[in-house]
Amino acid sequence: MTERKLRVLVGKPGLDGHDRGAKVVARAFRDAGLEVIYTGLHQTPEQIVAAAIQEDVDCIGLSILSGAHNTLLPKVCELLKEKSAEDIAVFCGGVIPEDDIPGLKSSGIKEVFTPGTSTEDIVAWVKENIHG
Amino acid sequence: MGLAERILQGDIRAAARLMRDVDDGFASASEELKKLYPHTGKAYLVGITGPPGAGKSTLVDQITAAYRKLGKRVGIVAVDPTSPFTGGAILGDRIRMNRHADDEGVFIRSLATRGCLGGISRSTGDVVNVMDAMGMDVIIIETVGVGQDEIDIVRMAHTTTVVMVPGLGDDIQAIKAGILEIADVFVVNKADRDGADRTVRELSAMLEMGERRNGDWLPKVMRTEASRGVGIEELVAEYENHRNYLFSSGAIERFTNEKNSAILSEMLKERLFRKVYDRILADGTYGEIVSGMATRSVDPYSAVDSIIAGHLFSIPEVSE
Ligand SMILES: Nc1nc2c(ncn2[C@@H]2O[C@H](COP(=O)(O)OP(=O)(O)OP(=O)(O)O)[C@@H](O)[C@H]2O)c(=O)[nH]1
Ligand SMILES: [Mg+2]
Repeated sequence: MTERKLRVLVGKPGLDGHDRGAKVVARAFRDAGLEVIYTGLHQTPEQIVAAAIQEDVDCIGLSILSGAHNTLLPKVCELLKEKSAEDIAVFCGGVIPEDDIPGLKSSGIKEVFTPGTSTEDIVAWVKENIHG
Repeated sequence: MGLAERILQGDIRAAARLMRDVDDGFASASEELKKLYPHTGKAYLVGITGPPGAGKSTLVDQITAAYRKLGKRVGIVAVDPTSPFTGGAILGDRIRMNRHADDEGVFIRSLATRGCLGGISRSTGDVVNVMDAMGMDVIIIETVGVGQDEIDIVRMAHTTTVVMVPGLGDDIQAIKAGILEIADVFVVNKADRDGADRTVRELSAMLEMGERRNGDWLPKVMRTEASRGVGIEELVAEYENHRNYLFSSGAIERFTNEKNSAILSEMLKERLFRKVYDRILADGTYGEIVSGMATRSVDPYSAVDSIIAGHLFSIPEVSE
């Protein structure tokens, strides 16, 4: 049987200007054999969702430090639903207070990685939970 | 409804999925491509190649904006290298094109080379076909930033653009003659940098020295500053000139025949090979030959002769 190559979109919504974390994660995915569509900084939820659909990714990993996670992340999930693309899983990492995690998960975010999570753990989670 | 039908009705997800199936080598993809084929052949294909970091993606972004102003729908195929060590890839060309991401008149697809050496992936031609069937007027293909003889893109695109940057200086002589022959349009990007004039002059001189028959296309050297959008209108106008030349000179017929012939022979080669290979692998012949070669009890010349004699035109299907 032919096997699918996993594709993941890594991007950074919002206004803060650091993408070092996102780049480290992108490299870890590449080194694990995934194809990473890296979209860089300052993405709007609309751009992220359009890109994810055009690229036919299996999941979206968003890095967010700006504190706007409670608006931007649910918006991504909502837009995916609007486009009947909620099969594309969304996970995120960044500075996210514990208290916000249940709310994010109920809005459709599959997993939240808090600072200190190793890239190995993130890669392992994707390999375990995302199937092409 | 199958993917092809959905694509023809404008379903974006279906298009994206078929591109995936093509890239992953799913057998079902060719059934869908068969149905799309009659709806292809209308788009104008522009290739962009050149060394890493020359500004190819930034140019693609600007050219796309220019074509959007003209009301054209634009498809973009952006190819980046697969890591030979891990099989993974970071496809980063989209970073420069984000403003078009949610424009419904633009569809961008990033592809990894997946081991292909010609500057594009094996799937590129089929992905272009899907975009063509989607009704894209212009399809821009950005190759990997590699060497200097990206023959694959020349075959595929109506107009091949070679992007250079200033400061090649004395090295310009070192540019292989090949690169002069593949370009229909040269771009010296980063024209804001020192040495742009000199690079333009030297390239132009080299092009004029090249052998040309009367009526042949003489590539121009354009200057751009992609990061600020300078020189883009002129570049797009030059694409239009080249397109007009192709159609008015009859060169388009030669281009199309050579391209289609290459596609057909490539596909035939691959399918025939797979058929024989899968079979002799399954029945153990392949392994026997390889170990026979190690002790020199079998030579590959006779082995191939007898494989062909045994299978030609009577190859039973290998069951899945
Ligand atoms: N100074 C200057 N910088 C430019 C210009 N055009 C692009 N750049 C910059 O050059 C860098 C590389 O641009 P890209 O468009 O990513 O180049 P590329 O050829 O697509 O790169 P690869 O796909 O990695 O081979 C970016 O930092 C751009 O901002 C220009 O006209 N002038
Ligand atoms: Mg690029």
